[in-house]
Amino acid sequence: MQQTSLHAVHVAAGAKMVEFGGWHMPVQYGPILDEVRQVRARTGLFDLGHMGRFRFSGPDAVAFVDKIATCFCAKIPVDSIRYGLLCKPDGNPIDDVLVYRGQDDVFMVVNAGNAVADMEWIQKHAADFDVKIEDQTAELAMLALQGKGSEAVLQKIVTDLDLSKVGYYKSGFGTLSGMPNVRISRTGYTGEDGFEIYFPDGESARIWNELLEAGGPDEIKPIGLGARDTLRLEAGMPLFGHELGDAMNPIEAGLNFAVSFKEEKGDWIGRTALADCKENPTKKLMGLTTDGKRAPREGYGLFIGDRQVGTVCSGAISPTKECNIGTSYFPLDVAVAGTEIEMDIRGKRQAATVCELPFYSRPKN
Amino acid sequence: MRPTDRKYATSHEWAKIDGDTILVGITDFAIEELSSGNTSDLVYCDLPDVGRILENGETFGEIESVKAVADLNTPIAGEVVEINVEMEEHLELMTEDPWGKGWLVRIKPSGDDMGALMDAAGYDAHISTPH
Repeated sequence: MQQTSLHAVHVAAGAKMVEFGGWHMPVQYGPILDEVRQVRARTGLFDLGHMGRFRFSGPDAVAFVDKIATCFCAKIPVDSIRYGLLCKPDGNPIDDVLVYRGQDDVFMVVNAGNAVADMEWIQKHAADFDVKIEDQTAELAMLALQGKGSEAVLQKIVTDLDLSKVGYYKSGFGTLSGMPNVRISRTGYTGEDGFEIYFPDGESARIWNELLEAGGPDEIKPIGLGARDTLRLEAGMPLFGHELGDAMNPIEAGLNFAVSFKEEKGDWIGRTALADCKENPTKKLMGLTTDGKRAPREGYGLFIGDRQVGTVCSGAISPTKECNIGTSYFPLDVAVAGTEIEMDIRGKRQAATVCELPFYSRPKN
Repeated sequence: MRPTDRKYATSHEWAKIDGDTILVGITDFAIEELSSGNTSDLVYCDLPDVGRILENGETFGEIESVKAVADLNTPIAGEVVEINVEMEEHLELMTEDPWGKGWLVRIKPSGDDMGALMDAAGYDAHISTPH
């Protein structure tokens, strides 16, 4: 199992460590629901050193990314970021990714558990392109600050970059506690305002501690992957392997914004299949809520009478919504907000209601 | 040291003779594993109906934490004659007093299965080996 450079810091902080995507990661430092509330109310600090990070450079870098990813890389303004997916020819995704458009390179963040397969896929399709592909996962640390206080806390150790000028899904380069040229983006996976930062891995423990000190013990706390999963689900963000994967494509997942069929993008892997799916969808990813005591869990069957209409993809206890929530694909006649269904828990039925995603959107300022 | 007045199953339930019935609960180890040491991470305990007949090893309920659901398996065969209704609202009893107030079901045994269970020393050894 791989470890991030902050492994010892997490263990010393009393985190419960679990395997995730081939990495030994903190699932929680304290009660998970308290960690969710901390991020919604204040600020959380996350070690994301397990996420894969690739850099594409050379004359064909942008064109190559446009071949393998669903988003329109050539149209991304420099220093902007787009969400996209890497798909197979049948339209099923092999991963969902963030694409950072640089002045003369493209930076991509991928899921930990898919990073090896992604890199094999990428290299297999790069033969006809003049592109240099680097795996920077080991050399870069990746941290996220998420929550209302993120900008104020991070700005305390960032110079040469006014974070208030870095818009949503934009990035800049600043000096992070003496380290110049550090990539800082206003992105995240929680539904809150916040930043993700990338810097030389050897500095991770120092920066981690400086950020905790900059915020103070109430304002910022370390948050584990358990709370991160609930936060992303509340925010309606898919998780690969749960809402995305084989037979779970980005069109049916409601990610049309991430899939460009513009002619100028040219042909890309999966385009034909996904264009067909867009014309003739058969199912749709929706949310479900239940006031019952049991939380939806991956794999629970969802029924209307004897008809199975879905299977839970992800589920959680939502402290923000104060009910239990989940996601499932449903046939189009069922994928209508307000539809009453039942969740089967080992033969016991519990009432649930289909709803739109997301469950939570942060109040706009 | 865990109580020696009862027997233990590999699936982390305990069984204690109480008159002509047997009390069943789960061990501190199981609770710690499920809750990661945070009582508030335990959210629900599903217990069977009184009167249900259970075979040895049968799953009679589930205990749910924020991130996981674990089966509750009976360490002995018999009829459920009482359930701990306190578990509806007071899951903290399981962490505070797993050997006493945290009991889950009372079973009227249909046979004598206790011999196959481990004693406290055996259970200690069981959980200290990699699993």
